[in-house]
Amino acid sequence: MALAPKRSLTAKIMRDKIYNLLLQGKRIDGRGPRDLRPMSIQTGLLAKADGSAMVSMGSTKILTGIKVEVGSPFSDRPDEGIFTVNAELLPLASTSFEPGPPDERGIELARVVDRSIREGGVLDLKKLCLVEGEKVYVIFIDVYVLDYDGNYFDPALISALAALATARIPRYEVVDGKPQKTGEYFALEFSSLPFTVMIGVIGEKFLIDPQIEEEKVLDVSLIMGADEKGNITCVQKNSPGQVPLDLMDEIVETVVEKTGEIRRRFLQEVPVKLAEQK
Amino acid sequence: MEKPERLIDENGRRVDGRRFDELRPIKMEIGILDKSDGSAYVEFGGTKVIAAVFGPREAHPRHLALPDRAILNCRYHMTSFSVEERKPLGMTRREVELSKVIREALETVTFLEEFPRASIDVYIEVIQADGGTRTTGLTAASLALADAGIPMADLVAAVAVGKVDGQLVLDLCDVEDKYGEADMPVAMAPRFNSIVLLQLNGRMTPEEFRKGLALAQKGVSEIYRLQREALKKKFSSVPPMES
Repeated sequence: MALAPKRSLTAKIMRDKIYNLLLQGKRIDGRGPRDLRPMSIQTGLLAKADGSAMVSMGSTKILTGIKVEVGSPFSDRPDEGIFTVNAELLPLASTSFEPGPPDERGIELARVVDRSIREGGVLDLKKLCLVEGEKVYVIFIDVYVLDYDGNYFDPALISALAALATARIPRYEVVDGKPQKTGEYFALEFSSLPFTVMIGVIGEKFLIDPQIEEEKVLDVSLIMGADEKGNITCVQKNSPGQVPLDLMDEIVETVVEKTGEIRRRFLQEVPVKLAEQK
Repeated sequence: MEKPERLIDENGRRVDGRRFDELRPIKMEIGILDKSDGSAYVEFGGTKVIAAVFGPREAHPRHLALPDRAILNCRYHMTSFSVEERKPLGMTRREVELSKVIREALETVTFLEEFPRASIDVYIEVIQADGGTRTTGLTAASLALADAGIPMADLVAAVAVGKVDGQLVLDLCDVEDKYGEADMPVAMAPRFNSIVLLQLNGRMTPEEFRKGLALAQKGVSEIYRLQREALKKKFSSVPPMES
């Protein structure tokens, strides 16, 4: 059962402060309204995982691990591999996270990352089929929020993509109906590279990539994604509140520009094997 | 369900004969359940949804109660027989997520400050799914809240727009959702010219996104008109109180 989050008692004072700074084009941490926090990406840090990445944006920190198995395809897509995204908001990341199975926020994060990868057309799942209707690669993308200082959405997608791009997938062959490792490895090819940007609206203004103090007092927030061609790939309004329709054009423009900035940074750090364009 | 050869024919008609900007036949009924404080039934073509509201009532468990306002609980749920392949009982991850975004849309327009320490519980049951269940559910929930007499700044009206065969269309049915290129559920508070729910599955150019929002706005204003009509119909027929 979904529950409304509690409002902080200091929220109103903080909101006024953040809003007044925003009117002057400033933020509490010295950034401009359209500035992302500094970002770092480390990949391949875990030996037991088939792929891994640690990404931080400011002090929000996300760890993603990839595990690959062989399993049965879905009956309606017999010639396609499978991937699933899970996300956990670990209790060590924030006092607002509690132990236990993923709550609605964790589920929302997982589904937004999943949609960004799936609808963004990142992977060609047909290439992950071993025997049609019988055996396909199953990729588990598990996202853990380690430190929560606002906006876990954007770094979560970055870390999932970095882990996927650098994953060494064990190659299997099917012998007498049983999957066996060949001892070889292969890299996943990307058909597209979408990223998201979190938008926080206060009054008639908006900022991007909020840190926690800002996130707590936003009137409303949105996650919006775009790919390298400038297509919008994912949208999720993820908090109560109203988004003024008049702001949407400027938001879309900002998202296309800022996802481009993330993409350039990403490609500096992470080797991406691009699929041949059809 | 087979993929049709084309989702839009040479005359610009969709699989069910609609034009790109046409809504499905809509039915709305208020106060269909007896035991809840407010209820509504809404039908968009083959999508059929019941919503009911309990409250404001004492919050349970009590430690969840807030000193300054009511909590709004929301459960969006599909019956096991609402879809082609039987849906397992219990809440799927999709239902948990949709409950969250629907609750956030309703919270936005409800005066929760009027009822400190109370809870308002919204239950949405999809009894038949043919595309647009979250938007139909939200439209019904908003009517059920109004039926329960809960003060609201506005009704919420919702509809999905999508892209099928490269063209923007209003109010996707299941086939269009499944085989189309994009599905964008939108809910608005028309009085405030604002968006209260927005999701996008699929890809659109910024231009299509902009046009899609405008198309949604057109659908929303029609749904909003029908909502007010349905409410008036119920409450104008209430017999006057005896003195």
